[in-house]
Amino acid sequence: DSLKLLPALHPVNIKKSPQPFAGAKQRRHGYRVHLLWLLVLLWTVEGISQTWDDNWGETTTAVTGTSEHSLSQEDIVRISKDLDDSVGLDCKRYLNVALSVILGLVVFLTPLAFLILPHLLWADRLTACGTACEGLFISVAFKLLILLLAVWALFFRPPRAGLPRIFIFRALLATLVLLFVLSYWLFYGVRILDSQDEDYQGIVQYAVSLVDALLFIHYLAIVLLELRQLQPFFSLCVTRSTDGATQHYNLGQLSVQRAAVVILENYYKDFPVHNPAMLTASKSRAAKHLAGLKVYNVDGPGGNNAAAGIAQSQSRAMIAAAARRRDSSHNELYYEEAEHERRVRKRRARLVVAVEEAFTHIRCMQEEEQKKARGDVMDPREAAQAIFPSMARALQKYFRTTRQQHLHSMESIQQHLAFCITNNMTPKAFLESYLTTGPTLQYGKDRWLARQWTLISEASVTSGLKDGTVFLLKCIDFCLVVTTKKIPYIQLAEEFIDPKSHKFVLRLQSETSV
Amino acid sequence: MSFIPGQPVSTVVQRIEIHKLRDGDNVILGFSIGGGIDQDPSQNPFSEDKTDKGIYVTRVSKGGPAEVAGLRMGDRIMQVNGWDMTMVTHDQARKKLTKKNEDVVRLLVTRKTLEDAVRQSMMQH
Repeated sequence: DSLKLLPALHPVNIKKSPQPFAGAKQRRHGYRVHLLWLLVLLWTVEGISQTWDDNWGETTTAVTGTSEHSLSQEDIVRISKDLDDSVGLDCKRYLNVALSVILGLVVFLTPLAFLILPHLLWADRLTACGTACEGLFISVAFKLLILLLAVWALFFRPPRAGLPRIFIFRALLATLVLLFVLSYWLFYGVRILDSQDEDYQGIVQYAVSLVDALLFIHYLAIVLLELRQLQPFFSLCVTRSTDGATQHYNLGQLSVQRAAVVILENYYKDFPVHNPAMLTASKSRAAKHLAGLKVYNVDGPGGNNAAAGIAQSQSRAMIAAAARRRDSSHNELYYEEAEHERRVRKRRARLVVAVEEAFTHIRCMQEEEQKKARGDVMDPREAAQAIFPSMARALQKYFRTTRQQHLHSMESIQQHLAFCITNNMTPKAFLESYLTTGPTLQYGKDRWLARQWTLISEASVTSGLKDGTVFLLKCIDFCLVVTTKKIPYIQLAEEFIDPKSHKFVLRLQSETSV
Repeated sequence: MSFIPGQPVSTVVQRIEIHKLRDGDNVILGFSIGGGIDQDPSQNPFSEDKTDKGIYVTRVSKGGPAEVAGLRMGDRIMQVNGWDMTMVTHDQARKKLTKKNEDVVRLLVTRKTLEDAVRQSMMQH
């Protein structure tokens, strides 16, 4: 937790130990340390990072009920999305990138500086660089190259998510690297620059040791950032609050925010798209339940104490009466669902036939036939537009029955049709994406709402997952409820079976006539 | 008729004498046997105790020498011409019954009804 780091990093608390070489130079190093600490502080303190969080655009948009134009929920979403995109919420991201680049440059140029500075400052008094020393130059060069490639591979990847709080391990590693390089600079400054050491081979070996240690820190970075969470440790159960779609994922030891990112990445491919039109039926049933009973207070208004008691008894009476009433809504539900099922199947049959018929009208032309082109030769887009009208009506009716008409636009259907025609797909393959509700990624970008997620958690989001951790991922009109369970510790016992022990007897009952 | 290892089997037996019928080169007795110490006793439909590995008569051909002599289906054969049939394999039993130079086989057979009859007669006295 970065808050816990604060007391250790606070610049005022660093006590300057009395140095034997007390002088102006020493003091300068000290202030440089303070400045760099301040920079790191700025980067890691959560309070400041929160001001650059993704949703600040929404709080500055004032959409009140008294405005003249009436806005639907989707309009509000679109407005806040536009604001987000336009303001550079990438401010935080760019700052991160800038700081990392500066740190990388400092770290990369330090060994080179160590090697070059003696030549610049006291070249005449330096001992000549022998063969061993020159061999070390090659090793420094190659190790720096490897370090450069490794850092590029691990750190310079496009970020996949914007997290609410800082990534603790990265901050720790950056601090460690900074500390490390600064202590090397301190030592160099005091023992080599001040005393103007003549042994150049020793200086080169010092630079090599720095590069070696940096490679080891990079190994530590790989283990902490990449390898540690690969071994599955927790099983997370993710349930969508509106329709109960559930999935399970196995994750390693991650912090809550990183686990949330992994779950959301899997949400877009595993969960069927959220369709608010499918929930209206249960809501109307619930409303009917409540509207059925009215409670009248026969005893007249009582005192204050009695009122609370009356309200409680009223609600209990309502619940009891509702339980006893001979409700026929279950009957209605059963027949309604059976009827709906029948209707969907009928529409589906009509749709399949219409599409198959439409597909028979076009034929893919072979190469030789294309040369002697007779009649109307079309590219896939035109072919799609040509056969689309014959299936449009059946498609529309099917969408209306299954309540997915808002998920597909005519443009997207025609595009999909052109795609299927180009790739020689059968009508069944074309229809697959319309007959079953696919994952959210399958539909247009305006369904994704990838910037609207909020992580709601009782535990701190940078703390690690524990058995029984529950957190919510809220989108605009639905919620993903995530519960954690530890994967059980499996104890395997062994039983050895000798291959020669597989023996069988014949059990007969023969009958012989004599 | 349960078999207790180490104890002699004691049961009521009936003497049956079968005269073999010569049909050219074949000599037949007119019944079929099943069982034996090398067979699966749990598949025997006639035994009371399903661990009984004795030789049982599974079929008696109509009008054959065995039926004429009084052998019934479900009988357990205890002795053939003095040879023991309680601890033999199926093939040994067959051999003892089909010796070529013997024309008569004297069997000792037992069945449940024999013991009941003896007990009943004992109770009458």
